[in-house]
Amino acid sequence: MKVSYREALREALREALAQDPRVFLMGEDVGRYGGTYAVSKGLLDEFGPDRIRDTPLSELGFVGAGVGAALGGMRPIVEVMTINFSLLALDQIVNSAALLRHMSGGQCAVPLVIRMVTGAGRQLAAQHSHSLENWYAHIPGIRVLAPATVADARGMLAPALADPDPVIIFEHAQLYNLEDALPVERVWRACDISRAAVRRTGTQASLITYGGCLPKAMQAADELAATGIDVEVIDLRVLRPLDLDTIAASVRRTHRVVVVDEGWKTGSLAGEIVARIAEDCLYDLDAPPRRVCSAEVPIPYARHMEAAALPQVAQIVAAVKEMLNV
Amino acid sequence: MKKRQPTQSRPAAGEPQRLLADMLRIRRMEEKCAELYGAGKIRGFLHLYIGEEACATGAMHALAEEDRVVATYREHGHALLRGVPMDAIMAEMFGKASGCSRGRGGSMHLFDVSRHFYGGNAIVGGGLPLAAGLALADKLQGESRVTACFFGEGAIAEGAFHESMNLAALWALPVLFCCENNLYAMGTALSRSESQTDLCAKAASYNMDSFRADGMDVRAVFETVSRAANQVRESGRPAFVELQTYRFRAHSMFDPELYRDKAEVEQWKTRGPIHSFSAQLKAEGLLTEDVFLALDAAAQVEVDAAVAFAEAAPWEPEADLLKDVHGPAAVAHGGRR
Ligand SMILES: Cc1ncc(C[n+]2csc(CCOP(=O)(O)OP(=O)(O)O)c2C)c(N)n1
Ligand SMILES: [Mg+2]
Repeated sequence: MKVSYREALREALREALAQDPRVFLMGEDVGRYGGTYAVSKGLLDEFGPDRIRDTPLSELGFVGAGVGAALGGMRPIVEVMTINFSLLALDQIVNSAALLRHMSGGQCAVPLVIRMVTGAGRQLAAQHSHSLENWYAHIPGIRVLAPATVADARGMLAPALADPDPVIIFEHAQLYNLEDALPVERVWRACDISRAAVRRTGTQASLITYGGCLPKAMQAADELAATGIDVEVIDLRVLRPLDLDTIAASVRRTHRVVVVDEGWKTGSLAGEIVARIAEDCLYDLDAPPRRVCSAEVPIPYARHMEAAALPQVAQIVAAVKEMLNV
Repeated sequence: MKKRQPTQSRPAAGEPQRLLADMLRIRRMEEKCAELYGAGKIRGFLHLYIGEEACATGAMHALAEEDRVVATYREHGHALLRGVPMDAIMAEMFGKASGCSRGRGGSMHLFDVSRHFYGGNAIVGGGLPLAAGLALADKLQGESRVTACFFGEGAIAEGAFHESMNLAALWALPVLFCCENNLYAMGTALSRSESQTDLCAKAASYNMDSFRADGMDVRAVFETVSRAANQVRESGRPAFVELQTYRFRAHSMFDPELYRDKAEVEQWKTRGPIHSFSAQLKAEGLLTEDVFLALDAAAQVEVDAAVAFAEAAPWEPEADLLKDVHGPAAVAHGGRR
């Protein structure tokens, strides 16, 4: 039976709330409105307003309150409506959540989970469409996850809540309606939030990606396969700390790499990955690494301009072909 | 100090038939937008102002042409009455190159700096510090204009509201803070988001004068905002206006409206700003049904022309994707980005 990414996230929330009285969900319109992207729909009726807590429009305040509640022994899950709005809470995430353990010489723990929506593709224009995951992946003290499959949407929350430190989970807006069969329970329960995953094995190049670009990379791999080109697809899953072993192992198999990242190329996670590959396995490469990223422009509203700004399947295919001189 | 520009407000701003005509223009334009959204011509988020027209109409009539305006994503009416042509608004919603933001912004980001309209801002509370800064610039340059900043009551929970109110009062900046209190921020009712629901009390805590008006009554809005704006202009100090209103439609096109009763919406609709004002004018002998129909038909003609314009307008070429990320100076400095 197929489930949607959204339903998988909701099921994970429901289970966490049912199993641990310390867990509660808070954020803008998570309750009565039913969740902006309907992830928390129905949970208010089931768990009540104390545990499905609607907040005022106060990102700095309620994310900071989540930090404090975690410090005080709870296991809060804070939802931020859209990554652009998380910038209003950046201070509490970067200057408090990520630092408290270290600054206190190990006395404080902030077992907080922050979920937020990221990414473009719905013509929501510049203030609702950016991919800033890399900013958070820059910060020591937090773990950054990007579930790109239904299984990860279902499986990542429990280990994130069990993590003694803050974890940010990025849900790409384009994935909510993704449907897939959930693997057997044993498999998704074994969700490891430290490893990347090989989503497709191949021999001629490695496509390294995460989040909303995974379906595009998989489609590019299909199209390339139809022309006889066999590529591997690596889903990073964990943006901090990066699973460098899985990346290096793939590069050593295929000797060519294309990183696909919805962030802007300059200062991107894609840049970090290429740098790590250069440090760890430069002499395994048969060609200079390539990056397919968003154009260096705020995301425009008009449909064709938005599409032109974002990484697309055709560009991934072209990058691989150029690399292979075909 | 620069000499004060003469006020160039259009003749007879606030004149009853013009107030009515402008409310009708907003209403008919937005009804068309909803239809075009259904047809896939307009995409992204679309936040309709239907039910709240008296606020922007009364307020815009009360402002002078040189005054600055900062608004939110629910800004179609404000843009229109600031003088942005309906053609350019409609083309923007279509994402066309002839749109008032060249198709880059869409419904939430209408801009027209030539008319001192500093945009639709889709970050709740995001416009308030901008307004304080625009007013600071005017103060430093000896300009005596007012910066009117529109925002919903939901924004009052944001830090940006409190920081901007304090700055404006502390530095005596000519900002008119216009809070359109429609009682809901998406699905969150005011009483569930504010410990103090008397919004004017908040202004008082910053030592700022406040005004309150029935936002369903266009005359009341016009008179109140006129008084408030004049006070700001004369004193150079900020003021706060609360306009009590209600949105008849969903928050955006994605909202299933689980959080409020149909009966509540119907109750508010009985106070709809257009029909209550036209009934009032008829009772006063200032309007006949024929004149009403003529005003409505004129609005419809303008809407139809705007849609035709938007349909015919060109798409921006993809080759221009990287345009306007930086100004010409970046090119002058060697051109590498
Ligand atoms: C900083 C920020 N947080 C959340 C949102 C999502 N959001 C958009 S509009 C809105 C409700 C705002 O309500 P209000 O200020 O009362 O204005 P109204 O929509 O009622 O006109 C919310 C929560 C946003 N755009 N920006
Ligand atoms: Mg509101």
